[in-house]
Amino acid sequence: MEIALPDMVFYLFASVTVASGVLVISARNPVHSVLWLILAFFSAAGLFVLMGAEFLAMLLVVVYVGAVAVLFLFVVMMLDINFTELRQGMLQHLPLGGLVGFILLGELVALTLAWNFGEDVAKNAASPTPTDAGITNTEALGQLLYTDYIFIFQTAGLILLVAMIGAIVLTLRDRPGVRRQNIGQQVNRKPQEAFDLVDVETGKGVSLPTKKG
Amino acid sequence: MVDALYTLFGGEGQLLYVVAVVTAILAIMVPVMISVALVVYFDRKIWAAVQMRRGPNVVGPFGILQSFADALKLFLKETIIPTGANKFIFLMAPMITFTLAMISWAVIPVDAGMAIADLNVGILYILAISSLGVYGIIMSGWASNSRYAFLGALRSAAQMVSYEVSIGFVLVCVLISVGSLNLGDIVESQQGTIFNWNFIWFFPIYVIFFISALAETNRPPFDLPEAEAELVAGYQVEYSSMAFALFFLGEYANILLMSAIMAILFLGGWYAPFPFLEFIPGFIWMLIKIGIGFFMFAIVKAFVPRYRYDQLMRLGWKVFLPLSLFFVIFYAAIYVYGGLLPVRG
Repeated sequence: MEIALPDMVFYLFASVTVASGVLVISARNPVHSVLWLILAFFSAAGLFVLMGAEFLAMLLVVVYVGAVAVLFLFVVMMLDINFTELRQGMLQHLPLGGLVGFILLGELVALTLAWNFGEDVAKNAASPTPTDAGITNTEALGQLLYTDYIFIFQTAGLILLVAMIGAIVLTLRDRPGVRRQNIGQQVNRKPQEAFDLVDVETGKGVSLPTKKG
Repeated sequence: MVDALYTLFGGEGQLLYVVAVVTAILAIMVPVMISVALVVYFDRKIWAAVQMRRGPNVVGPFGILQSFADALKLFLKETIIPTGANKFIFLMAPMITFTLAMISWAVIPVDAGMAIADLNVGILYILAISSLGVYGIIMSGWASNSRYAFLGALRSAAQMVSYEVSIGFVLVCVLISVGSLNLGDIVESQQGTIFNWNFIWFFPIYVIFFISALAETNRPPFDLPEAEAELVAGYQVEYSSMAFALFFLGEYANILLMSAIMAILFLGGWYAPFPFLEFIPGFIWMLIKIGIGFFMFAIVKAFVPRYRYDQLMRLGWKVFLPLSLFFVIFYAAIYVYGGLLPVRG
């Protein structure tokens, strides 16, 4: 009997995704949670590959696993978290969290049921990979993003830029009295302005001229 | 490569296909492992030659078996796990580092069509795997429960994330001229003699790529994560025996990988530099070019002093990022307004 390999791989990735998703919220140690989250991302990327969306899969790994989750891990590792204290409120907040999750689920279902595709999108939505065999899905995505949706795409980029500048502005503090290194100034310094050669007579001592800079 | 082996074996049945895949993997993996051992030896020899020492010269002819002796020694040592360490993650970290260093080789074409997997998104795959490389280091640093290891891991993670950005932009520059993310296509776009290779036309970004590759692989002058003068050995400090060996092998496999990527992106992959040299098979040229890349890695280690950490970050974010961004726009403008954009498929 031939085993359908793609099916097996699908179930493998799918079950790993779900299992690690559950472990993200049930792991005792927050660092373990983040590591499980990374595994969930990674197996989701595997699911993308199975669907033929290789470009999305690679982007998921590069952006989420390679950058976002690293920052998560950084923050969680640096924080001094009291694990037992963190656990205490668990049951208390469960109904509220459950409610939020339930509403989100309802909204997602409602959205999927009432989804209307644009005319030319409907054709492409039929399969995750472009129907034209000559086009790789990187090209297909590019041709869609940089033509029909260029303004939306650029706006999304601008929003991210604003958020980035905002984050920098929020954390920027002007601290007085901090000595900064100006590498250009250091490189341009000449020996004449940096030091003096002084002949010191024995027993006389010397008074050094004070220099600025 | 897999399909070729499959037809060579007879081309029937699923089992045979698995055999073909395993053979292809071994055909790449075994040479990589052996060259990692040799490359460690060459690294030490080059370093020694620059400092007018003799380097390893006892085990085997010219000391060439030194790395194998070292590996055997590490293999026989006791694996020590610190009391306060998080055992599972502590042991996972070196395995992850080693595995990631190996699986990137799946897409590297050593000759025309000679890659285990000829991915359409090959270069993105490499970028994805190399961005995962941070995890082995962060996990080892955290799980060791030691301040030196943790500091080294933090440094390393920040450094790798920073320099990945400029590597990404360098790749974009090259990809504009190719029009494909496939590594085979990238090499084929440089078909011909040495004058068609990318390193001439893309010289400035070739330099940026090389320096970023040094930082990405934690090589001197950017080896701050394991700066022995301040952090003992950084994230590896608590590791012994095979766990340490896995880190070590992973590190050198990554250096070789970076040399291979440089050969593919800038040095024309498997093509001969001059027409009269074309009788030499392509994979030999690939090996020679990887060797050239590695020699540069080794010689830089020998004569450049280590950077200070804030200068390293400054170089990454304030010099390389704007520079590589500028070159993306520069080359894109030339290709678009010069009407040189490649048209594919």
